[in-house]
Amino acid sequence: MTQETLEGTVPPRPAATAFLEVRDLKVHFPTDDGLVKSVDGLSFQLEKGKTLGIVGESGSGKSVTSLGILGLHKGTRAHLSGEVWLDGQELIAASKEEVRRLRGIKMAMIFQDPLSALHPYFTVGAQISEAYRIHNHVSRKAGRARAIEMLERVGIPTPDKRVDDYPHQFSGGMRQRAMIAMSLSCNPELLIADEPTTALDVTVQAQILDLLRDLQKEFGSAIIMITHDLGVVAEFVDDLLVMYGGKAVEYGTVNEVFYEPQHPYTWGLLSSVTRLDRLRTDRLKPIAGSPPSLINIPDGCAFHPRCPYEPMTGGKGSTVVPELVDAGKGHLVRCHLTAKERQDIFLKQVKPTL
Amino acid sequence: MTATTSDVAATPADDARPLLQVEGLQKYFPVNRGIIFQKEVGAVKAVDGLTFSVAKGETLGVVGETGCGKSTMGRLITRLLEPTGGSIVFNGHDITHMSRGQMRPLRKDVQIIFQDPYSSLNPRHTIGTIVGAPFRLQKVQTESGVKKAVQDLLALVGLNPEHYNRYPHEFSGGQRQRIGIARALALRPKLIVCDEPVSALDVSIQAQVINLLDDLQDEFDLTYVFIAHDLSVVRHISDRVAVMYLGKIVEIGDRVSLYEHPMHPYTHALLSAVPVPDPVKESKRERILLTGDVPSPLNPPPACRFHTRCWKAQAICKQVEPPLVQLQPGHEVACHFPEERVLV
Ligand SMILES: Nc1ncnc2c1ncn2[C@@H]1O[C@H](COP(=O)(O)OP(=O)(O)OP(=O)(O)O)[C@@H](O)[C@H]1O
Ligand SMILES: Nc1ncnc2c1ncn2[C@@H]1O[C@H](COP(=O)(O)OP(=O)(O)O)[C@@H](O)[C@H]1O
Ligand code: SF4
Ligand code: SF4
Ligand SMILES: [Mg+2]
Ligand SMILES: [Mg+2]
Repeated sequence: MTQETLEGTVPPRPAATAFLEVRDLKVHFPTDDGLVKSVDGLSFQLEKGKTLGIVGESGSGKSVTSLGILGLHKGTRAHLSGEVWLDGQELIAASKEEVRRLRGIKMAMIFQDPLSALHPYFTVGAQISEAYRIHNHVSRKAGRARAIEMLERVGIPTPDKRVDDYPHQFSGGMRQRAMIAMSLSCNPELLIADEPTTALDVTVQAQILDLLRDLQKEFGSAIIMITHDLGVVAEFVDDLLVMYGGKAVEYGTVNEVFYEPQHPYTWGLLSSVTRLDRLRTDRLKPIAGSPPSLINIPDGCAFHPRCPYEPMTGGKGSTVVPELVDAGKGHLVRCHLTAKERQDIFLKQVKPTL
Repeated sequence: MTATTSDVAATPADDARPLLQVEGLQKYFPVNRGIIFQKEVGAVKAVDGLTFSVAKGETLGVVGETGCGKSTMGRLITRLLEPTGGSIVFNGHDITHMSRGQMRPLRKDVQIIFQDPYSSLNPRHTIGTIVGAPFRLQKVQTESGVKKAVQDLLALVGLNPEHYNRYPHEFSGGQRQRIGIARALALRPKLIVCDEPVSALDVSIQAQVINLLDDLQDEFDLTYVFIAHDLSVVRHISDRVAVMYLGKIVEIGDRVSLYEHPMHPYTHALLSAVPVPDPVKESKRERILLTGDVPSPLNPPPACRFHTRCWKAQAICKQVEPPLVQLQPGHEVACHFPEERVLV
């Protein structure tokens, strides 16, 4: 399959075998201030029934990635390239109509802010029913029945009454549930949840994560869980991708990334978070500085201005972009330090402080 | 959590009198209906009978779900809101119903830092104007003195003093929060209410701001009331912690006691719901799932307000309100059936 990319045409590559396979995804936005490289060469795979976590600071490109997979940048100014294979079908080159058809039956999204996904002037039931009826040619009555069934499924009490409520009559947690009900009404095989619990209390977060886990068991969906909460990731995902400045800096199983983290940014994240399961320390260990602007990504390794180990790379950190390489068993890391150096630093300096 | 038994909360300075003493504090917001003739049809009982004190140099953390009245409490004790009932004594002065004018000499002693570093700074004012405003309002500095004082403050909170003439949008979220902190520090307050000061920040930046607050507390002997919904951040920063539910304190105690031996079912549910960043431990943890949502503060459940979601509720919980009583030294609980439980 041949297609246009930012650089021109690329030679054909074989179709993907994983349920979802993203290859070298790039999403760049031309703006008055310059080109924003929001996502800059991201690749990952996901099988059905499994969950991939994507973590990173705000502005690291998480949401742009999810919109890219769902084809929601199509027809905007965004420059898109790379491949997104969903169940054997490539979506970047597919038509807008085709991707829209797939959105709903094969893939769906849960946003951070349910109010942005729910229309204020229509009842919750009407919106769920509509989402269902677009893809399944059924009567209005059947649509309503489906809405009630889904509301019940996501734990809304007295769903036959609440189905006629407007979104503002729901609490924050209930709106999130209603949005999940809407997203799941067509049993999508791929669910992208973009910070689904960030705006919620921990008690409600626990309910929503529980619900997602149950639904995944029942329908075998693949889930992409985007969050900045390392606790949520530890609880919920199988594989974990750490993003920084629009690129993956580390990618492995959740246990690999938590117990043998390889990238200095991942070390920084793990050591700066306060945690209930550890002795309280007198002082936190933040990462210095702040996340980069994606218009002006630092040369070389995007993390180098904040990285305490940059001097060890002999100038490479600030001049050469490191490749994402296999650090063993498919655990990928993007850093100029040698495997030996990373191992030593982690064991001697980082691990004792976690 | 046996590993943390060595965690000892700092003993508050032994000034005999607490810096802040709050008793039976209430705030009811009237709810009106009608377009022309507004009729009061009820009241949101946002804060409904809070009693606590804060010693000088101490940090009191306040946690609870959204809408439980944390911010309202913060705005009451800084007197940005007029209490409906109860009393607030600050540094020996009863400030419960003080007018703006009466508050003026005390205003400099009590400051507040808000959650949202984006909306709490006026976008049209320079950093110099924003951070210098308290000096100008209180007329404690000459105009040339103001600039110098502001630049000192900027340096103190880790900002570049040269950025005096820049606007808020030129700063990142973490830097804006530092600006808010600099403004709050301007008049060397005694008490700072921090309302979710790090909630909007990325973890790496959160840690920077928390360390800054820690350093400033040591340097200026500050007293904090630290409002947040993140229980691990609150454990890090607080000496004592109050847990709120629907306008009331359900449990309050020193940090170690509260986190290691929580006794109220609601505190148990909260603590058990916080996911810890450790996949293996997380898969083994017990989680108490609360059903439903927090009831409306317009019409809170009678007696124990938590009874509609409490798995231990008995008949008495629906009839008699459990008072907040001391069950361990420095550890008070409002529950008919308190019980220690290890959760973290
Ligand atoms: N000016 C007001 N008029 C009417 N009701 C109000 C007003 N301010 C707050 N409330 C209500 O009082 C209750 C407590 O609000 P408050 O802002 O103190 O909650 P909070 O604990 O700070 O929540 P969050 O964690 O979301 O910040 C809520 O039900 C809120 O809707
Ligand atoms: N439509 C757009 N035009 C220009 N820049 C954008 C657009 N959408 C997102 N960006 C930029 O892309 C970067 C990544 O954004 P996003 O994916 O939303 O981050 P996050 O990781 O917080 O979800 C940010 O710098 C953001 O400002
Ligand atoms: S490449 Fe260099 S600067 Fe980047 S993370 Fe590795 S050591 Fe740090
Ligand atoms: S008083 Fe009863 S309902 Fe309230 S928290 Fe205790 S056991 Fe639960
Ligand atoms: Mg986002
Ligand atoms: Mg609040």
